[in-house]
Amino acid sequence: MSTSTGEFFDDYMRHALFLPDQASSFAKSVDHLHYFVILTTFAGGTGVGLAALYFFVRYKRRKGAKPRSPHPLPAALELMFIGVPLALFLLWFAMGISLFKQITTAPDDAMEVYVTAKQWMWEFSYPEGPVSQGVLHVPVGRPVKLLMTSRDVIHSFYVPAFRTKRDVLPGRYTDVWFAAVSPGTYDVYCTQYCGTNHSFMRAQVIAMPQAEYDTWFRNQLRGLARRDDASAPGADGIGHVSSPLREQGEAVAAAHGCFKCHTIDGTPHIGPTWLGMYGRQEVMSDGTHLTVDDPYMTESMMDPEAKIVAGFQPVMPSFQGKLTPLEVAAILEYIKSLDAPGLTARASAGPRYELR
Amino acid sequence: MSAESPAELQFENLERQRYAATLGVWVFLGTEVMFFAALITAYTAYRIYFPEAFSQCSHHMERWVATFETASLLTSSLFMVLAVHATKLGRRPAAALFLLLTVLGGLAFLVMHGHEYWTDWREGGLPGRYYHLEEIRAAGAPMFYASYFFTTGLHSLHVLVGIGLICSMIKRTIQGTLTPEKHNLLEGVGLYWHFVDMVWVFLYPLFYLVP
Amino acid sequence: MSSAEEVSYLFAQRGWRSWFFTHDHKRIALLYLAVVSLMLMLAGTFALLLRLELLTPEKTLFEAVTYNRLFTLHGVGMVWLFMIPAIPSVFGNFLLPLMIGAHDVAFPRLNLASWYVYVVGALIVLGAMVAGGTDTGWTFYTPYSTTTPREVIPVLFGVFVIGFSSIMTSLNFIVTTHTLRAEGMGWMRMPLFVWAIYGTSVIQVIATPILGITLSLVALESFLGTGIFDPARGGDPVLFQHLFWFYSHPAVYIMVLPGMGVVSELLPTLCHRPPSSYRSIVYSTFGISFVGFLAWGHHMFVSGMSVVNAAFFGLASMLVAIFTAIKIFSWVSTMYEGEIVFNAPLVYLLGFIFLMVFGGMTGVALATVGLDPHWHDTYFVVAHFHFIMAGPVLLAFLAALHFWFPKMFGKKYSERLSLMGATITFFGFFATFTPQFLLGNMGMPRRYYSYPPKFQWLHVASTMGATVLAAGLVLTLGTLLHALIWGERAAQNPWDSRGYEWDTATPPPEHNYEIIPQITRGPYEPAEPGSARVG
Repeated sequence: MSTSTGEFFDDYMRHALFLPDQASSFAKSVDHLHYFVILTTFAGGTGVGLAALYFFVRYKRRKGAKPRSPHPLPAALELMFIGVPLALFLLWFAMGISLFKQITTAPDDAMEVYVTAKQWMWEFSYPEGPVSQGVLHVPVGRPVKLLMTSRDVIHSFYVPAFRTKRDVLPGRYTDVWFAAVSPGTYDVYCTQYCGTNHSFMRAQVIAMPQAEYDTWFRNQLRGLARRDDASAPGADGIGHVSSPLREQGEAVAAAHGCFKCHTIDGTPHIGPTWLGMYGRQEVMSDGTHLTVDDPYMTESMMDPEAKIVAGFQPVMPSFQGKLTPLEVAAILEYIKSLDAPGLTARASAGPRYELR
Repeated sequence: MSAESPAELQFENLERQRYAATLGVWVFLGTEVMFFAALITAYTAYRIYFPEAFSQCSHHMERWVATFETASLLTSSLFMVLAVHATKLGRRPAAALFLLLTVLGGLAFLVMHGHEYWTDWREGGLPGRYYHLEEIRAAGAPMFYASYFFTTGLHSLHVLVGIGLICSMIKRTIQGTLTPEKHNLLEGVGLYWHFVDMVWVFLYPLFYLVP
Repeated sequence: MSSAEEVSYLFAQRGWRSWFFTHDHKRIALLYLAVVSLMLMLAGTFALLLRLELLTPEKTLFEAVTYNRLFTLHGVGMVWLFMIPAIPSVFGNFLLPLMIGAHDVAFPRLNLASWYVYVVGALIVLGAMVAGGTDTGWTFYTPYSTTTPREVIPVLFGVFVIGFSSIMTSLNFIVTTHTLRAEGMGWMRMPLFVWAIYGTSVIQVIATPILGITLSLVALESFLGTGIFDPARGGDPVLFQHLFWFYSHPAVYIMVLPGMGVVSELLPTLCHRPPSSYRSIVYSTFGISFVGFLAWGHHMFVSGMSVVNAAFFGLASMLVAIFTAIKIFSWVSTMYEGEIVFNAPLVYLLGFIFLMVFGGMTGVALATVGLDPHWHDTYFVVAHFHFIMAGPVLLAFLAALHFWFPKMFGKKYSERLSLMGATITFFGFFATFTPQFLLGNMGMPRRYYSYPPKFQWLHVASTMGATVLAAGLVLTLGTLLHALIWGERAAQNPWDSRGYEWDTATPPPEHNYEIIPQITRGPYEPAEPGSARVG
């Protein structure tokens, strides 16, 4: 199939199925699998339907007809009825799971944005400081990984044009990633029922070319700086300050006494040192190995005794309810910035919250 | 169901009816198993989330009292077996006595368990937001107590129901409606009582013994 | 045998006490039929109100809170008050003893008690609705359900009570099937409907307790702040979803297996031939009952699940689909070389098969894990589960009602009106939910009170379909009520069925059979010449 025919087919199917724009790097793959599955199942379903219709017409009871003695179903046919769908289902499953892996695993070089969901709004915070509510600006072509948490109940981050979605849980971090392929404005919906105004919990992703994005971002920083001159920090004490998140993280960590137990120069104290902690392989007290990533660090702040690094005592207090999601994000960002020399940056693995 | 009529209309004979009754009790116990299985799943999940707190809390439990509770339940189970046996042999006074001893075993369990609850209440080892036990401050301790109170509370409720059922069996034994030929009800109650004990045999190590 | 003069169960005793304190499984079935139909109408009315609200993108009739309560009540009502009890407690109750040649179920008093428990549970749920209503959706996801100010606990309690009713009925059916089969009825001679009811009962007995405990944990959390599902107290909200779906996914089969049983039972009769493969239908019932317990995680693909777990649950979901596919192929091939009669039950059956095929295929598409993130919690899923679950249950319920109406009441209904009702109902259903698949593809999330205008025309289309569906149901109701009062006397075996239940009088006498029959043939084999056949 030549490219143009392929594109025509793609476009035709997309319109026939009412699918939105394919605005993320994997949207096309999702749609192509979608077409394959839907076309095959439609063919199969129509086949079954036509067979039923044919039998109905052909074997409709007629007056005076003498009773037929029907043949039992041959075993070979029965096996085929099981084998063919099974083979197809397994094929789709294999294709689906590899696609799922692609959708849920962010590339290493993804740019990170922290997302806080609450009834009924979305807040996006960039590690460098800018915060925006309801609108997320991203550069086209660059993978963006959203590290998301909720302040109250479960929400879900969904961008139809990106063909991806992830639940946003309170007290945990989940992530979702995408790379926008063309400039534009895309709708964000909350898809996990979250209360009265669930249906108003919408936002937008604005994808812009890299250069335009850079300008926008510089303006944000400048705007923040200007606002910072004029006013004190906002009600949250954080988030409206101009400094990059990592600097705020340092301040938050100091304010909460983190440095009484954690050093940043590489020497272990009461707790493990933060220097080079992110991405480090640690041995836990129960002998398991673990790579320190966002979910682990969040868990350690909220529920310190869940997993203790070998050689340390379970003495850390829980910061559940004491740190706002944004403060947690700031501390994470700060710890990530404390890279030990010689260690390469490592992207965090996707959080896993299923029953362990 | 009167004692004279051999079997209810829908059963062809008494044996069938007995089989149906026993099967019914077994299916019922199957659903009971699932009730406790859900609770034990929740317990296990949180034990994995908070190993430290759960270990401290289970150390804090009154292990000796629980051991006596276990012993009294198991002994009562033995008396239940003897009561069914005596009924089969038609020895009504012995059956009534054994049933009474079964009830006493159950009551002893409830009294000891009540004492435990009372201690927890005084010390503040309570579920959720009511937790104020000074000694254990580990995160997840309130979760242990939530799980403990709900699971053992449901179990104690079963013990209570069992005691009521056994009391009515004592009444029937004295009245003579439980005969060597027809004692489905007693067998059903017996199975139920053994089940209640079995559940405790699982709960006892989970909450008191596992370090 | 003077069966013609014999008094049927309907008039064997008179007075309201003879109904409300009856131990007769057939009368209990009619009690269920009355309440369950009422619940269907109530929950259906809620659905219609929802559809009316969605005619415009912003406020049409209600505020957002009212809308949220309505969809919760629609879900709770349809799932727990209609779909779960409908076919087992009405037709299971009526037919199970008749089909296995028994005088009654094993525990008649328990059977009556379970009806009362069900009614009490339903009253609690409805009372909670009048008192204020809850807005969590029928899934009660934590931590929303433990923190919302709206009254959740009474509804949870009502559902809990109804769960007990299901357990009691199922226990009764399991024991009845094991102990009361007539002489000569081996397991492989049981009618397929009995198999379906038996399989359903086993799932009920195993799964319902988990729901009971899960709901009590939610209630405790609201009362005591136990925090088991509340992350702010160290709990895990996703644990709730695991426990909930461990019940509620098998619950899908609790709802749909009896419907499949109805199709497996009626199709051979209406096609006048034995089922093409009795065994494969029985074994696939086993398969669904077992694998159905392993697929619950597919409701949580976007909750932060690892790829490995997603793979496991995806695979399990594919296997469940295979068992359903086996059933569908068996049904269609049962039509081959038959002598098919065209009537209302047949239209319902064909509608059932159609919805199963397309609902099942969209299910397979959803289980193709990578496609799920786009569709999860959108109207695609709403349309999918209405196609695979709600519609089939409704159509199977109506098929069974039309097929066994003469058996139950001894009356004939208008063939033409019932055919019209069936056709309109099916097309109404199809027209309601097909636009919703497209809405889901476009990205319309479910449980949305307000939506961007680009979705509007499909919502309008769906609402129009719902109106047609409602018209079909009202016509059907009218036809049957008319027949109940003015209908002519039905023949002994109007469908020329080989089912055992037709071997006794129509409607059956009080204790079904004077003498318990001896079973000498398979369920779909013709009666041997000379064997005693009434009528």
